[in-house]
Amino acid sequence: MLRAFGLGAVLFGFWLALSGHYTPLLLSFGVGSCVLVVYIAHRMDMIDHEGVPFHVVARLFLYLPWLLKEIFVANLEVAKVILDPKLPISPRMVVFHGSQQTDLGRAIYANSITLTPGTITTGVEGQDFQIHALRAADLETDEELAMDRRCTRVEQG
Amino acid sequence: MDVLLGALSWIAIVGGVFFMLVGTFGVLRMPDVYTRLHAAGMTDTMGAGLVLLGMAFHTVGDMLHGETTYWLVLVRLVLIYGFLLLTSPIATHALARAGLAGGVKPWTNGEERA
Repeated sequence: MLRAFGLGAVLFGFWLALSGHYTPLLLSFGVGSCVLVVYIAHRMDMIDHEGVPFHVVARLFLYLPWLLKEIFVANLEVAKVILDPKLPISPRMVVFHGSQQTDLGRAIYANSITLTPGTITTGVEGQDFQIHALRAADLETDEELAMDRRCTRVEQG
Repeated sequence: MDVLLGALSWIAIVGGVFFMLVGTFGVLRMPDVYTRLHAAGMTDTMGAGLVLLGMAFHTVGDMLHGETTYWLVLVRLVLIYGFLLLTSPIATHALARAGLAGGVKPWTNGEERA
């Protein structure tokens, strides 16, 4: 129940930020649509720790700056590869082992891997993440281990 | 302050356009669908990110000129990047998975570039 109210509050905040119209009529439309969305989400059985993951939000915001830094560094690497006349790539499929215990944590880790250019998650099976890497030589395992650890920390909330 | 914010805004936007161009160039140069996805990923994480950052600097400049309601624009810019970070890896993942499901073999060194 608390989760449903939380979801409604977040949705209405989002509506307020996007609308820019604050007359009583339009505000009531906003409230109405938020209530409708929460009701549909409830009917779809989506309001649980996975669909409305408030417990990871704080950790997620602590994780984001580090992730953005990683994205920045990886982008520079890939840009260098693309602009190199020899195009020095050595693509390979590799398997990483993730330490996340929940599907939510695994989704965060898999998306983090895909967000950093040079690695794309192509499949997840249990704890094994199948990755397509642009440069096998560049796979800095320390970085990947750090990302795995940080994602697990986020998942624990 | 005006000059500084203007310069930062220009640097970020030009940087973003640069990364979009490099990403596009990469899509044209790479040999197969999976390697091309790596290049395409640059345009929405870094390219769009830096362009949005440039717009944010510009908006802050306008706010200092008395456009106090523009903080809402800042919120929207942040939301746009947030949704990009949520959706773009899912699209990339879906494309790569569709390729694998369709039996497209990843290109490896030694093969002729298509």
